[in-house]
Amino acid sequence: MSEESRVAGGGWRVAEARQDLPSGRSHPLPATRYPGIVSSALLIARKDLAIEFRTRSAFFSAVVFALLAVAIFFFAWDPTAVASLDLAPGVLWVIFTFSGLLGLHRSFGVEQADRAVDALLAAPVPREAIFLGKALANLVFVLAVQAIAVPAVALLYNVPVGRAAPALAGIVVLAAIGLVSVGTLFSAMAVNTRLAELLLPMLALPFFVPVVMAASQTTARLLAGRPIADAMPWLRILLAFDLVFGFACMLAFPHTLEE
Amino acid sequence: MTGAPPATTPIALEAVALTREFGGRRAVDGVDLAVHAGECLALFGPNGAGKTTLLRMLAGLLRPTSGRATVDGVALGADPAVRSRVGIISHQSMLYAALTARENVEFSARLYGVADARDAAAEALERMRVADRADAPVRSLSRGLQQRVSVARAIVHDPRVVLLDEPYTGLDEAGAAALTATLEQLKASGAALVLVTHNLSEGLALATHAAIMRRGRLVRHEHRASVEVATYAAEYREMVSR
Repeated sequence: MSEESRVAGGGWRVAEARQDLPSGRSHPLPATRYPGIVSSALLIARKDLAIEFRTRSAFFSAVVFALLAVAIFFFAWDPTAVASLDLAPGVLWVIFTFSGLLGLHRSFGVEQADRAVDALLAAPVPREAIFLGKALANLVFVLAVQAIAVPAVALLYNVPVGRAAPALAGIVVLAAIGLVSVGTLFSAMAVNTRLAELLLPMLALPFFVPVVMAASQTTARLLAGRPIADAMPWLRILLAFDLVFGFACMLAFPHTLEE
Repeated sequence: MTGAPPATTPIALEAVALTREFGGRRAVDGVDLAVHAGECLALFGPNGAGKTTLLRMLAGLLRPTSGRATVDGVALGADPAVRSRVGIISHQSMLYAALTARENVEFSARLYGVADARDAAAEALERMRVADRADAPVRSLSRGLQQRVSVARAIVHDPRVVLLDEPYTGLDEAGAAALTATLEQLKASGAALVLVTHNLSEGLALATHAAIMRRGRLVRHEHRASVEVATYAAEYREMVSR
């Protein structure tokens, strides 16, 4: 039986463990330092971002989609019927959801080509680290898209973001954490199916509803110039969603990888 | 097993009654095998015999329905440390096409906690004679060169057990020679190899033991010294055509 012990820097070490073999011989596992869960997750996230930076395929798709959606909503909008401050939060979070899905679909797609996922799963890396790494890369992706989408919505709908900008950035981060937690899990589940592109939104969108509701309600209050305290009930929902689904998805993730 | 001289090295890889079912169908049915350090088991069998499923269980990629697999006496499964002793090579490259050869191998080295990942990656690429293309994106490499990079990825952490599923697929003569030389070196350094192939001469050239799998079971398992290639090939063809 191997004996593990934590070492400085978050890694773990397998001590000189011995196991009696059926043949009566035994062979030691050497003392080797492996990357810890955080180091492994960072390695995986960095690798995913490097791939996306090289190809830029999903990022450009998501940005183009976001900008087109902003424009289409703008041209379909009747300013005499609906005030921009009432419409903008909804537009923002609809775009957030669907552009996020484009990135989430790519997340495990890169692993399926040439079965790179097998090499990843064969490595001495906890499955939870794979989830964290993927989720972290997806978070960066979603935030990068939002960094373009939010100013586009603000400009086109003439929304005075102004002083609400820091709080709005915080809401985007919280909503993005919820979205990528659930989305990363379902992306792993859907990727091996024939209808992955259809299955991912079908599985994930119902779970995004609380995130989108809480985020759009909070955004609407902030943009209307109301104090953040008015949005606290919705912010709590967002925080609770992140905590509950973040942990639940990480715990469920290893089971999605079993054939 | 027949004709085997007594092994003097410890068992590196062992499977005991290893079984895997898919929806009630037994893909692997109670396989027992032991590969000692420095040995190479060549595993032959027709398509659908269960060779790849067996290999995936031995790599810890697939959970057995029953039975157990151990590496150096430690059960494969929950302990990630055991997986660090295994390297897997397949006919699929398991590489990221957008990254360079060096980045792929270095990424693997870091995941396995190799002390100096950059140097280890360079050494592994050199060993597979692909160092001159180390900074080329994998997608720009030919199939054979990709396979060489894949082998470098699999051996960069100096595994004690190397599992090979049709590794020669797509390799040209030089690539095949480099792979054979590397596998011989690994064997000589005490690694245990399991080589799944349809090519008898290729498999027997490296093997210390040969086995045939059919319908999920090991139906023959013998020492290489007791195998006469022509007779073995004829018997194999007859067996798989039944």
